[in-house]
Amino acid sequence: MTPLVQLTRPSRAPKATVACTINGQSVQVSEGTSILAAAATIGVTIPTLCWLETLTPVNACRLCVAEVKGARVLAPACNRAVESGMEILTDSPRVHLTRKLVLELLASSVDLSCAPELTALMDAYGARPERFGPPAPANAAGTKQHAVAGHHAPPDPAFAATTSEPPTVDNELYVRDYAKCVLCYKCVEACGTDHQNTFAIAVAGRGFDAHISTELGAPLPDSACVYCGNCIAVCPTGALMAKREFDLRAEGRWQPEAQHAADTICPYCGVGCTLTLHVQDGEIVKATSPMDNAITMGNLCIKGRFGWRFVQSTTGR
Amino acid sequence: MDTRASSEEQLAVDRVLGAPRSPWDGGARGSHRDYHTASGGAARRAERTMLLPALRALQEHAGWVSEGGLNYVCERLDVPPAEAWGVVTFYALLSTSPRPTRMLHVCDDIGCRQRGGLALCAALRASHGEPAVHEAQGHAVDLAAGQAAWMTSPCLGLCDQAPAALVTDAGPEPVERLLGRVSASAVRDVMAGRALLPDASASPARPQQGSAELVLLARAGTVDPLSLDAYRAAGGYAALARAAQLGPQGVVTELVVSKLAGRGGAAFPTGKKWEAVAAQQATPKYVVCNADESEPGTFKDRVLLTDDPFAIVEAMTIAGFATGATQGYVYIRGEYPLAAERVAQAIEAARRAQLLGANVGGHGFAFDIEVRRGAGAYICGEETALFESIAGRRGEPRNKPPFPVQVGLFGKPTVANNVETLVNVLPIVRHGGAAYASVGSGISTGTRLWCLSGAVQQPGVYETPMTITLAALIARAGGVAPGRTLRAVLLGGAASTFVTPDQLEMPLTFEAARAAGASLGSGVVMVFDDTDDLEDHLLRIAAFFRDESCGQCVPCRVGTVRQEEALHRLKHRRTIGSAADEHALLAEIGAAMKDGSICGLGQTAYAAVESAIKSLGLFSASRA
Ligand SMILES: Cc1cc2nc3c(=O)[nH]c(=O)nc-3n(C[C@H](O)[C@H](O)[C@H](O)COP(=O)(O)O)c2cc1C
Ligand code: SF4
Ligand code: SF4
Ligand code: SF4
Ligand code: FES
Ligand code: FES
Repeated sequence: MTPLVQLTRPSRAPKATVACTINGQSVQVSEGTSILAAAATIGVTIPTLCWLETLTPVNACRLCVAEVKGARVLAPACNRAVESGMEILTDSPRVHLTRKLVLELLASSVDLSCAPELTALMDAYGARPERFGPPAPANAAGTKQHAVAGHHAPPDPAFAATTSEPPTVDNELYVRDYAKCVLCYKCVEACGTDHQNTFAIAVAGRGFDAHISTELGAPLPDSACVYCGNCIAVCPTGALMAKREFDLRAEGRWQPEAQHAADTICPYCGVGCTLTLHVQDGEIVKATSPMDNAITMGNLCIKGRFGWRFVQSTTGR
Repeated sequence: MDTRASSEEQLAVDRVLGAPRSPWDGGARGSHRDYHTASGGAARRAERTMLLPALRALQEHAGWVSEGGLNYVCERLDVPPAEAWGVVTFYALLSTSPRPTRMLHVCDDIGCRQRGGLALCAALRASHGEPAVHEAQGHAVDLAAGQAAWMTSPCLGLCDQAPAALVTDAGPEPVERLLGRVSASAVRDVMAGRALLPDASASPARPQQGSAELVLLARAGTVDPLSLDAYRAAGGYAALARAAQLGPQGVVTELVVSKLAGRGGAAFPTGKKWEAVAAQQATPKYVVCNADESEPGTFKDRVLLTDDPFAIVEAMTIAGFATGATQGYVYIRGEYPLAAERVAQAIEAARRAQLLGANVGGHGFAFDIEVRRGAGAYICGEETALFESIAGRRGEPRNKPPFPVQVGLFGKPTVANNVETLVNVLPIVRHGGAAYASVGSGISTGTRLWCLSGAVQQPGVYETPMTITLAALIARAGGVAPGRTLRAVLLGGAASTFVTPDQLEMPLTFEAARAAGASLGSGVVMVFDDTDDLEDHLLRIAAFFRDESCGQCVPCRVGTVRQEEALHRLKHRRTIGSAADEHALLAEIGAAMKDGSICGLGQTAYAAVESAIKSLGLFSASRA
């Protein structure tokens, strides 16, 4: 069947092919292919954190690093294009060490309890975040917002500093728990030119105090946010979470294994986004859209994302 | 968030941006017709390059960036407020909370801290309380109590006149001054709101003044930096005339023959860089002069900027001619007010004489230059972070490749060169690349500026061929004081390494430095003697990298924190396991920062620490 809408422009000239080796195996891919994608063609997986197929790569987490023979430093596989003749190693000792450290540095400063993929990777890489010392007592709310760029208090030798802060619960729809934020920039990109074009959030502050913020750190209801929840959809660590899930988790009643997902079409408007309803105990506890859906790319609007409480409503009518 | 700016704030911004044209860019709501023409598109988005100048205007006017002021700037430039907030909070010299109109920034970095800087800070703590950065920790700045507050500062690029400070007076007539050899009584005068002394960078030490061996500094201190006529009488603009004869390709060839390598730290061959930009098809192309000079211990560019600003204008013009670039930017660190003023004056004078503009010097090419001022961020010296900063974004370095010669400022081919590199272009073009290369040896050709500071008797900028040995150079600066012994030299800057007393016979060539596992960096030669507490210096270097990390990539954002913590554990003898265990932990953090970080900041953040532990034996298990 021919698609009704041609989503990608046909490329003008066929791309040249480049040949390289990955872990000793020869690989041929078209020009411009990333190391990550090239490795996938021969079944080599490279861990990623800040990369997502629907977003522009930011190369920030450095979990995906690969060794390119002759290069001074490691390359981010998610965004470095393969060049002809490159000899690439995706699991050398240098790669292993950097990935282990990235995981340790993150786990020692961020709450990864809602990022099971990362905890599994930590086991695989032998990451031991506790070697930096016990985590410091939780920071007060607003600590990072009020930090002054270029200044910090001397470290306390007894503790490893963390980015912990109490969760921000300032609206009925979703919670921002930045103690879980790895600063992958995905939410910023989803809210910006990659998807939503609302620009409600951006990275503020500098260095270890860098954090995701609305304008002037304002509560979400005072910001430009339109509650599409497209940032929640891309957040890899549960730092952004629908209020319902947050509440159920707090009550100890969030049971992903007991949920089933049902694909349907959002009935609210004529766009007809593909909708996945996550149902637990007969209750719709979350709504998402598949990332690989050509129309939504995982995005929804406030109605599709959050407008399901009425289904459960037992009052009224 | 719809607080409005005061009319004064609006005026301060309008002085930089011009008056608004319509309600679409912050103007008053006028006739109905105004709403029939929308404003947007690429041209409107391009206005974002004025974001940092507009924010600086608010800061200079009120001493901070208020909510209303920020909103007005966002309307004027069509920048989402969340993104503008991200930019304001990135820069140390922009405040998001009210501050007194006078701010004193006291340098407590490695060149100053043990040469009076820490003592000044202690005195200020006693007399005026905690620095103004601790508001968040509950020390509110009492705006009513006085007109001045103080805070600490990283290296101000005035290490030759340690201890250094920067004073900013906000208001309708904002004043910014660098102060050198700051005394306790000078601090009292500043805090009491008294009139400020002239800027210390107007009168640097000029230890070799008048000497015939000077090439780069030949005019510094002898030729009036404000006079184009004086500059021309001293040989100025002869290089541009010669460049016009050689043609663009001829200029690039001379540069290649000269083997000039960049003086900003990375030592990349300048000829190659210009050649690559000249070969690009995309237009417009740009020339960026990197005058961010924030590497601790570096102050040579400051002397060139203030003493010989026309040389920079001329050299950038030649770069434009040779590469086909039509617009230049000089990005000057925010802490160099006089340098920015002098360069702006030189640009104005050159424009009036039609040495900038549509037909430069009658040679049939167009080129112009704009000054941009930083606002307190070492990372903006990294060339791609600098481009982001000029574009009105957070100064976050980009991943390379692509390199600036292809994708630079505003995504276009860009020549980015250090101030000193550019000034070298003048003798190369005038006298030929071969003559230039006859000085020095191998790839280390020409003369170089060295920033001597710390425990030497005559600190200042020295110019010599690169074949000079470290010992001879230190001797030129008077060596350490009688009765003292030299303990270590920080060679190249905080991003480089410590050199030990037994390595002093090393010639200061790229080759010899590389062989010794050292680096010449930005020409820093900071000397420490037996009265220096080197462990304290090392802790400061670790704090510096933590403060200056942009925060983008994990190895550097968290690695610099863990590095500083481990050093503090060693310092306080609260190690996890043995000292050797901590050294091993530091080595792993260092390896990940070096291998995994996006930019040179993270990649070099462990260099000085590693050399201090390995060659100086700091924080060893057996230390007393
Ligand atoms: C963290 C960091 C800070 C830097 N700061 C400066 C600087 O202040 N001035 C400068 O010329 N180069 C600086 N550089 C180097 C620039 O990125 C770039 O290599 C240089 O401006 C190129 O000019 P050159 O080839 O003339 O040296 C810095 C690099 C890094 C990684
Ligand atoms: S919910 Fe939508 S508009 Fe709000 S911050 Fe997230 S992506 Fe932006
Ligand atoms: S909130 Fe989530 S998506 Fe946004 S930067 Fe943090 S971890 Fe990434
Ligand atoms: S290495 Fe540091 S300064 Fe450079 S991009 Fe990464 S976090 Fe930013
Ligand atoms: S996944 Fe490549 S840098 Fe984050
Ligand atoms: S000015 Fe103080 S260290 Fe450079």
